[in-house]
This record gives sequence, C-alpha cells and structure tokens, in this order.
Amino acid sequence: MGGMAAPQVAPVETPDTDEVPVSDRQWVTIVWDDPVNLMTYVTWVFQKLFGYSREKAEKLMLDVHHKGRAVVSTGARERMEHDASQLHAYGLWATVDRS
Amino acid sequence: MFRRQAGRYVATFAVDEVRVLRKVASEVVGLLTDGFDHTDPVVGRLFPDVYPDDSAGAAEFRRYTEGDLKTAKIDQAGAILAALPDEAGGEVHLDAEAAEAWLRALNDARLAMGVRLEIKDGTDLGEELDDAVAADPTSSRVFQLSVYAYLGYLQESLLNALID
Repeated sequence: MGGMAAPQVAPVETPDTDEVPVSDRQWVTIVWDDPVNLMTYVTWVFQKLFGYSREKAEKLMLDVHHKGRAVVSTGARERMEHDASQLHAYGLWATVDRS
Repeated sequence: MFRRQAGRYVATFAVDEVRVLRKVASEVVGLLTDGFDHTDPVVGRLFPDVYPDDSAGAAEFRRYTEGDLKTAKIDQAGAILAALPDEAGGEVHLDAEAAEAWLRALNDARLAMGVRLEIKDGTDLGEELDDAVAADPTSSRVFQLSVYAYLGYLQESLLNALID
C-alpha cells in the first residue's frame, strides 16, 4: 500500500481480513467451443465485453477453439453470473464455476 | 454484403435476400415467444445452463435472467425486421447500435439453424451442400444449408465493416 508505514504494534482486535467470506471466493466464467460461432466474432465479443486487447482476445478465442474451453473472467460469483449472461446475449456458450 | 459508408453500415439486398432475412428473423422471434419451449435444443443452446452440474443453481439463475435475455434476443431480431425494406430489394443503412444488434441477431439465427442442421466441429458446409443436392436438390435441407452459409457470409461482412 503506497507509502503507509506498517503499525509498530498490532491492535488488539485485528479483523481477520485474510479470511475471504465464502461468497467472495473466486469464481470463473468459462466459454466453451461450439461449431457455429465465427472465430472473428468470438474475438470481437471478448474485446467488446471485457475490454481485452485484440491480442488477448485472440488468444482466448484460440484457447476456446483448440482446447474446447477457456476461462474468460475471474471474480465474485455475482460478477461471473453477469458476465455469463452478457455472453449468452451475444450467443456464446458460457458457464460459471468455482476457480 | 456490408460496407462502411460515412459512419454507417450499408448493404444492398435483392428481394430474395430480404425475404430470407425476414423469414429467418421472424422464426427467431417465434421461437422466443409463442414457440418458447425449454425442451427444444435450440432454446437450450440460446439459453445455456450456467451451472451444468447444479440444476438448482442453474434454475435460479434462469429465473432471474431469462426474461431479460429473451427480451434482448427478441429486440435484436426485431432490429433486422425494422431495417429491412418492405416488399422489395434495396439498401439497408445501420448505425453502430443497429449494426451490433444485427450481428447478435444473425448469430442467434445461425445458432438456431446450426442446431437444426446438426452442424458439428469440422462440418464442411460445401460437402454437406453437395451431399444434400445429390440426395434431393429440391429438399428443405439444401435451402436451409444455403441460408445458413449466406448468414455466415453476411455476419462476417458486417463484422469486418465494424472492425475496419
């Protein structure tokens, strides 16, 4: 954290910030390969929805194409559900899972 | 096919193309309204289970999101119907928003047709079409495969115009 000195003495009651609540644990959005979506379209959707560079979007698209699936975003469960729903609007086959 | 012209996306369609696009977009709307059926594999593909191994979680997600997703898909198919000339060929002019709606709608239509035509990874459309013509040149499969290929070209041309 920028420039802040660590306290010399820890407070008696330290909130246990290392313990991430179950609901905030990392989840992932996965896009699966399908035989219909055009490769250029899938790349464009990744750029459009996630703001990824063309290079990153293309790499993800190729992972989907060659490996059958790729993790396209990571974060809280609700966020991943939102991403999956957006991807469905674009016709991509997206699912959500624990990371 | 689409080209960019003064900040808009323009294509000229023959009357047959207008008819096909109108039919295809109307069929998508039909599928999402009166014909909506969760057991239809096309609906399964357009509205995938977000949790394939958790049917309760998937159903809950569906309950919260399906209405909006359905509306979005009906609207994007509607964007095709709204921009097409009525009963003749002619030019279609799309702004950026309409162009994106067309892209998504063309994709939905291709997904629906891809399920019905059993398009698989590695399916060679040219070969499929040759086989279908050899079996029966007047069959609906020949027509459907041609339309599917046409929609792919159209989608790609619009995408290229958008990216340029």
